[in-house]
Amino acid sequence: MTTPSVRRQTTDAFVQLKNVSKTFDVSAPWLNRVIERKPQSFLHAVSDLSFDIQRGETLALVGESGCGKSTVAKLIVGLYASSTGSVTIDGQDMKIALTSNNDAARALRRKVQMIFQDPYASLNPRWRVADIVAEPIRTHKLIANGAALDKRVAELLGFVKLTAKDGEKYPHQFSGGQRQRISIARALASNPEFLICDEPTSALDVSVQAQVLNLMKDLQREMGLTYLFISHNLQVVHHIADRVGVMYLGRLVEIGDKKEVFGDPQHPYTRMLLDAIPDLHMTGKARTPVAGEVPNPLNPPAGCAFNPRCPRRFEPCDQSRPELLRLKGRQVACFAASAAVSSPTLATSA
Amino acid sequence: MSKPLLEVKNLRIEFPNRRGLLTAVDDVSFSIAPGEVLGVVGESGAGKSLTGAAIIGLLEPPGRIAGGEILLDGQRIDNLPYEAMRKIRGRQIGAIFQDPLTSLNPLYTVGRQLVETITTHLDLSAAAAKDRAVKLLEEVGIPAARERINHYPHQFSGGMRQRVVIALALAAEPKVIIADEPTTALDVSIQAQIITLLKGLCRDHGTAVMLVTHDMGVIAETADRVAVMYAGRIAEIGPVADVIHKPQHPYTIGLMGSIPEFESDRERLIQIDGAMPRLDAIPKGCAFNPRCAQVFDMCKTSRPELMLAAASRAACWLHESRLVHNESRLAQ
Repeated sequence: MTTPSVRRQTTDAFVQLKNVSKTFDVSAPWLNRVIERKPQSFLHAVSDLSFDIQRGETLALVGESGCGKSTVAKLIVGLYASSTGSVTIDGQDMKIALTSNNDAARALRRKVQMIFQDPYASLNPRWRVADIVAEPIRTHKLIANGAALDKRVAELLGFVKLTAKDGEKYPHQFSGGQRQRISIARALASNPEFLICDEPTSALDVSVQAQVLNLMKDLQREMGLTYLFISHNLQVVHHIADRVGVMYLGRLVEIGDKKEVFGDPQHPYTRMLLDAIPDLHMTGKARTPVAGEVPNPLNPPAGCAFNPRCPRRFEPCDQSRPELLRLKGRQVACFAASAAVSSPTLATSA
Repeated sequence: MSKPLLEVKNLRIEFPNRRGLLTAVDDVSFSIAPGEVLGVVGESGAGKSLTGAAIIGLLEPPGRIAGGEILLDGQRIDNLPYEAMRKIRGRQIGAIFQDPLTSLNPLYTVGRQLVETITTHLDLSAAAAKDRAVKLLEEVGIPAARERINHYPHQFSGGMRQRVVIALALAAEPKVIIADEPTTALDVSIQAQIITLLKGLCRDHGTAVMLVTHDMGVIAETADRVAVMYAGRIAEIGPVADVIHKPQHPYTIGLMGSIPEFESDRERLIQIDGAMPRLDAIPKGCAFNPRCAQVFDMCKTSRPELMLAAASRAACWLHESRLVHNESRLAQ
């Protein structure tokens, strides 16, 4: 932890994002623009995002709706092409997997799988569960049809605590939690090394969520999986992640070890998110919630995007954008946090 | 405690279908006092939203109230004719639903919807109703209310829309508010704002609130008492601190343990195996018995009623045996 920049270059991270940005053109149609004299408008869903994930590690991305965390998932898995920057997985550029169709590209695609939020929408209602789970195996031609395939499907269903007999059923015959387990079985079918989980438990009840989270932890330990876990629920993230990245309006504002970030948050936004969580130990106590809402991403505030809501705002905040800097064992993009460390007197007066 | 505003006695909701009768809510009783917030928690399908819908008289056919009574201020309201119920709904019982976008009409301005609600229930002139609408919007924390009143729902953000919905529910100063998952569709920072708002407003107006949610955290911060529902029945009901910190029913214990927390560093969450039974396959005896770690013979044959368990009441035979045990010990 002492020489992070050196370490980053020498040990190759399993997943690496370098300055990844994604911009969507959300302009009105050309004719309208000409008649109404409106400029083109762009939505910067993800801006200049860099992080890496070590093998066997769980990195969680948290943030409120619209902060770009799901866009990051889709960028990594290749459902979106990034506007700038690069995503490398196991040393190979994901662009290869998207643009070409040779063996190397297929091998790369096999390594990365995704689990989606809504288990009702992500399974084909007209397919039997066995076919759903077998699809990645067939696509990647891992096992030829026949008894071996059936055996593998039964094994996969076994991993997620379902039986081979369940494979004969259709998705509608299962509850939400069971369906999410079917999604996990499907994701595991191609022997992936990296799973991207986009809000995998948000649609589930807490007791079912506990079943799925326990299962995901067990599978990670048994198979050495690497997870990118996307969620807005900080308690879930605290439970499952090793490291946490907090996003606000398409940028990382704080990223570091779970214990550091949750135990002693440096960015005011992280602080605010943590304070906003309804707490079981808060029975009967009142609190003052942070005012304001996430600004319109089409027209983000100048300087630090969080400055209009920030309780620690001072001069530079609406002038220039803070960079991610190493601070107290994690990276933070905040002028106030950096100032507090370099000159503690300033922070106390502010 | 003052006289309860809302009383539900032995409520039973049934859905007839081709194969017979499904009982979605069975023998549910509770009461809410003025200014009190009763939290109702449970997993999807536990019957918590149906109970709320029955109280406001919005059960979708073929669902129907098959037994029990609902009393508002001592008057029965469950057997009122449609028109009479319509007068009560909105005027005396307000409702806040989960999705703020679908509970507002996208084609009318917020102001028009508020004024319509106000003039329906209160005898006010159009101008006075508009003034009241502005005041309501200010009360729920919408800045520049006088201009915002002419905006359409799509011009508001999710949190602001939910504030408008709360303003609508409060428009006629109802005595009771049924809030069905009011913060589920919102981000945590907005959720905290809405909870604080709702709680403050109810305290100020002395409104009784039934807060239906699956989020224990929201209940912990908002409710005075909490009812835990399982498979259409109340499994445990009691003061919020007792239910959360000293749960008595094995289901509540499992439910509390399955919530990830910052304070705990345990590797695995407590997990209740299995899933809630389908309505057509509710087990005999205690509905929770196939999933219960402490199950014994009695649980499989007869159904436990709510019985005293510490500061709460729980529908669990474990507490019966403790009671008997204690009494026999006292007798000796």
